[in-house]
Amino acid sequence: MPEIEVTVDAVRYHDNVEPRTLLVHYLRDALGKTGTVIGCDTSNCGACTVLLDGLSAKSCTVLAVQADGAEVMTIEGVARKGELHPMQRAFHENHALQCGFCTPGMILQAIDLLRDNPSPTEGEVREGLEGNLCRCTGYHNVVKAVLSVAEGASA
Amino acid sequence: MIPAAFDYVAPKSVDGVVKALSSDADEIKILAGGQSLIPVLRLRLAAPTLLVDLRRIPELTGITEHANALTIGAMTTTAEIARSPLIRQHAAVLASAAHAVADPQVRHRGTLGGALVHADPAGDLPAPVLALDAEFIVAGPQGERVVRAADFFQDMFTTAVSEDELLTTIRVPKHTGWAAQYEKFNRVAQQWAIVAVAATVQVANGVVAEAKVALTNMGLTPLRATEVERALAGQAATVGLVRQAAERADASTHPPVDGNGDVAYRRSLARVLTRRALAKALGLDDN
Repeated sequence: MPEIEVTVDAVRYHDNVEPRTLLVHYLRDALGKTGTVIGCDTSNCGACTVLLDGLSAKSCTVLAVQADGAEVMTIEGVARKGELHPMQRAFHENHALQCGFCTPGMILQAIDLLRDNPSPTEGEVREGLEGNLCRCTGYHNVVKAVLSVAEGASA
Repeated sequence: MIPAAFDYVAPKSVDGVVKALSSDADEIKILAGGQSLIPVLRLRLAAPTLLVDLRRIPELTGITEHANALTIGAMTTTAEIARSPLIRQHAAVLASAAHAVADPQVRHRGTLGGALVHADPAGDLPAPVLALDAEFIVAGPQGERVVRAADFFQDMFTTAVSEDELLTTIRVPKHTGWAAQYEKFNRVAQQWAIVAVAATVQVANGVVAEAKVALTNMGLTPLRATEVERALAGQAATVGLVRQAAERADASTHPPVDGNGDVAYRRSLARVLTRRALAKALGLDDN
């Protein structure tokens, strides 16, 4: 089995993985990072989104061997020293979730969105989240939360 | 869902890939970004016995400017294509189409070469590459060969790249400053095109010098709308011209029939989207 070296949420791991192992299964089953959830398993819903070398990716559509040498950030690595990430806080304050299943992927994609475009319009937020499905909120509060963290947003 | 088991190699050179492709494994697949292949593996619509990963070959990534062309490494991601200043300047219709692919996560991982060799009739990147008269550099046991865009797309999911070869580079002749628009119609965000149109036009003093138009999902391969191109060439760039030329967009097409639409619906879409693409590219108000 190929050996991989991967940094996940700032901790380095060496592991032997079967080549067919999906990154999401490696994160959940080998590392216990169950914060990264499996939604659709068809590359549609974005619930399993993580940052791979700083760029959002659907971890059900990446092989663990492809992450060899990479840095992965999951929802479990987003908060720092017990402080919620500003995006997590914004989701909390804007009631941007109901059942919460899409939230890990939604938050990581929202972080990626603002990295790429720090002061998006509402339309650009909706477009930037097109790869993330939420079946509860109608997206309205999700968009509101992201806009509240954007550069130039009134506090 | 879990793919069937396969062996895996990640060679560090193109030669290493070519060697791996001539191994005696039953079924070999090349892994680029994996955004089409991994879903197929997960659904077990394919079960290769060996996967050859291109990720360790740095020279397959990047966009280089030459005197008359850009060369794009096959592993260059869709996101890199979408935001590249070189592509926007010299091959704007490709940048426009790259923005329309799937969603941000998929664009971060999916590659130009992977999408072209996958050759999904509903994929967004084949049509602009065909419109731009690109050339494909393919490496195999006998060395390199060059395939013209017109010969590259052979059938649904089938290209001129044979089983013992890999696509390394896409060479795109410069279309510097050409107006461009990729106009895609689908019902659901992030989905494939029901029909889409890649249009790029060179205008000088208000007159169309040359126009190149290609259609997505109007046949088993991307198709050039040659009658539209001919109707535009040499004419004043007006709304009237665009409307008249777009009426010929579905000539010589063979649109598929599926749950999204029948033949007549797709023919109509091709005409409407061609009109919109040309009007947007040329900055004309066609309402």
